[in-house]
Amino acid sequence: MSQARLIWRRVLNALMLTLTGVAAFGVVSILFLILGYLIWNGGRSLNWDFLTHLPKPVGESGGGMANAIVGSLKLLFLAAVLGLPVGLLAGVYLAEFGGKVFTFVIRYTTDLLNGVPSIVIGIFAYSLAVLPVKHFSAFAGGVALGIMVIPITVRSTEEFLRAVPGTLREGAMALGASQWRTIATVVLPAASGGIITGMLLSLARVAGETAPLLFTAFSNRYWSQGWAQPIASLPVMIYTYAIAPYDDWHRQAWAAGLILLGLVLLANVGCRLVLSRKGMTRSV
Amino acid sequence: MAHVITLVFAAGILLITSLLVYELWVNSHLSRAKFGWGFFWTQTWDPIFDHFGALPFIYGTVVTSIVSLLIAVPLGLAAAIFLAELAPRQLSDGVAFLIDLLAAVPSVIYGLLGIFVVVPLVRTVIGPALKMVLGGLPIFKGPNYGVGFLTAGIVLAIMVVPFIISVSREVLLTVPRDQREAALALGATRWESTWRVVVPWARTGIMGSIFLALARALGETMAVTMVIGNNPKISASLFAPGYTIAAVIANEFTEATGDVYLSALIELGLVLFLLTFILNGLARLLIVATERGGGHLT
Amino acid sequence: MASASQGNSPTAGQIARQITVSEKTPAASEKETSVRFEISDLNFYYGSKQAVFGLNLKIPKNKVTALIGPSGCGKSTFLRTLNRMNETIRNTRVVGKILLDGQDILQIDVVKLRRRVGMVFQRPNPFPKSIYDNVAYGLRINGYSGRLNDLVEHSLKRAALWDEVKDALHKSAFALSGGQQQRLCIARALAVDPEVLLMDEPCSALDPVTTAKIEELMFQLKDSCTMAIVTHNMQQAARASDFTAFMLDGKLIEHNETSQLFTTPQDPRTEAYITGRFG
Repeated sequence: MSQARLIWRRVLNALMLTLTGVAAFGVVSILFLILGYLIWNGGRSLNWDFLTHLPKPVGESGGGMANAIVGSLKLLFLAAVLGLPVGLLAGVYLAEFGGKVFTFVIRYTTDLLNGVPSIVIGIFAYSLAVLPVKHFSAFAGGVALGIMVIPITVRSTEEFLRAVPGTLREGAMALGASQWRTIATVVLPAASGGIITGMLLSLARVAGETAPLLFTAFSNRYWSQGWAQPIASLPVMIYTYAIAPYDDWHRQAWAAGLILLGLVLLANVGCRLVLSRKGMTRSV
Repeated sequence: MAHVITLVFAAGILLITSLLVYELWVNSHLSRAKFGWGFFWTQTWDPIFDHFGALPFIYGTVVTSIVSLLIAVPLGLAAAIFLAELAPRQLSDGVAFLIDLLAAVPSVIYGLLGIFVVVPLVRTVIGPALKMVLGGLPIFKGPNYGVGFLTAGIVLAIMVVPFIISVSREVLLTVPRDQREAALALGATRWESTWRVVVPWARTGIMGSIFLALARALGETMAVTMVIGNNPKISASLFAPGYTIAAVIANEFTEATGDVYLSALIELGLVLFLLTFILNGLARLLIVATERGGGHLT
Repeated sequence: MASASQGNSPTAGQIARQITVSEKTPAASEKETSVRFEISDLNFYYGSKQAVFGLNLKIPKNKVTALIGPSGCGKSTFLRTLNRMNETIRNTRVVGKILLDGQDILQIDVVKLRRRVGMVFQRPNPFPKSIYDNVAYGLRINGYSGRLNDLVEHSLKRAALWDEVKDALHKSAFALSGGQQQRLCIARALAVDPEVLLMDEPCSALDPVTTAKIEELMFQLKDSCTMAIVTHNMQQAARASDFTAFMLDGKLIEHNETSQLFTTPQDPRTEAYITGRFG
């Protein structure tokens, strides 16, 4: 082993340590870059008008995205109502009742659904909810987002239910609780923290989805009444404004992006901190 | 009783997924019947004469995905190695947390940054630099407007790198301590033990993470359609505008006049579904294989 | 021969033939003792593996019966058949008859059975709820309404925990020490007023002082509650039980009044075990 070779190995070691560290911090700095750009460009356009006014006609400057903010909330509400119960109950089934084969099949299918590109989910929701009635609607958008919520909720529900120690279940059953009673009064409450954060994370994920809304909820420059009309949403507005040729719209797109990212990151940071404090691993 | 209710909902997932495949299949019938297998190697995309071929979009999807992986894999793997092997645990956890946040950023926000930051960057800095150094290569010839395959590839790379880092890091962390220690005890440097022992052990799982990233890149819609130029042409140059499967569906679905047009777009959706299905399946197999047997699957 | 015990302070390391035993006199009371559980020819299988072989045993009413034997001899498995807890494990099979007060326990609704036959586990397993809610849990699910407060207080008193927690009933059960948590689990089990209490090595995770408290508890409870306790600790069995059953490799080797079994064991294997030659 020559001295030169040894030196080279040491140099390479130091070099690689540095390079990989640069890579890691480089990637992390992208996050801050994104936030920085959004705050810089979007912060200036965020004002009360933006939050409370409707969009102005094309070409006119000013106006806001009040309808898009409300629209996103409406869509999230629908997604929660449609998707969360399915995810929760299916997760309970997988963790508590499932037989070997059926559990495998369901889990595999859930993973499959999770991996479907959101635009394809959009096509599916279109064929289910738009095609038959021949118009776009908030309901169709809610269906698309609701389907996307399901796999994430199933996985986190199952994981947190399984984490509840068996001895807790036995304690309840030894007191005469039936299996269902045990699950409802002991296991689910014990896992509730994790399950709820899992649900919030799934909603945060679909809040930012644009593609599945493009041909289900479509968009709307006015307030949307009820559930059967097309509805504006933050992500779609960001997209529409960003690709348009108007500077004013670009500014508004930044502002909307700031709001959207702010809410998504807030939900993610909050939920993940809660989960890590509980000492639980997360699957989302 | 509860058994039955939860079973019904669990079965509901099966129903939804089957229905999804069914709808894709049925609604693409017109296009499949008219174009058959030729759909996959036809270049024309002509809504006026109802003549549709998938080749430009397959090309665009493949090219942008390859470009994104070429950038994201070395970057992601390096970062994952740093986080799993070389960084102290607390720092590693903290940075991993931040990278998970990066994965949560919506696609349309990446698109925003793509349009207003990456596109000018490619037009004014990266493009000229590449032309200066490698201008002879056909992939770097031709006019550079900022939008195109390269830009889309760069934006995609940024979007998938968190997945590569996250999964690779976890896979690397499962490599047993004694492997590392055996190497060090033989006099290897930190880097040598990492590169020659730990990474090979985890290589199947790392492959899995790459497949996962690829599946993600294929399905990425918004960010790509905002920076790729939306032109259904096959070009050798990376600076040329192009189109991907997801992007064309996003752009033209609501404009699709005529049933064949719509059916062709849905057929493209079916193709995308199958591609991601296969890739995701392979990815999971590889990741599970690492966790079980430590890289002995070749 | 056997000397009556004075007080209940536990001492470690006593030699087999000089172990002090409980005060109940033999012979006379034995004929009056009625039977709570009658087990006939019990065989138990985990899948294809048999864990209990042809077990016959009568568990007397309002007495403490200890089950002793080396690790893996099947005593916990047997205990769990008495409240059908083994049914929560997949692929298990019970062959034979178990009668509770003359009734086949397989014919009794399992939920009702478990209300009558309670269980305390090896490691304390309080629910992540308040102390009050833990004790009230069994009452609530069995549909008791009305004076929950009184019943909770009564159970905590029976478990000798009331004084320590009466001002903190709404605190989380996890705020209690290990010994307190186990007494809480006993209170929880007692709240539904079971006829039998099955205890699976309840003191193995506890310190000697707490163990003594729990043994004292058992002494006070047995007038109203039949008890069966699995224990690894022979001194505990000798101290706290009226009858002892020795098991080995899934078979019942010997069953007798505790004083008899420990002073004049009939079977050489029993003698070998209690003198510490194995297990």
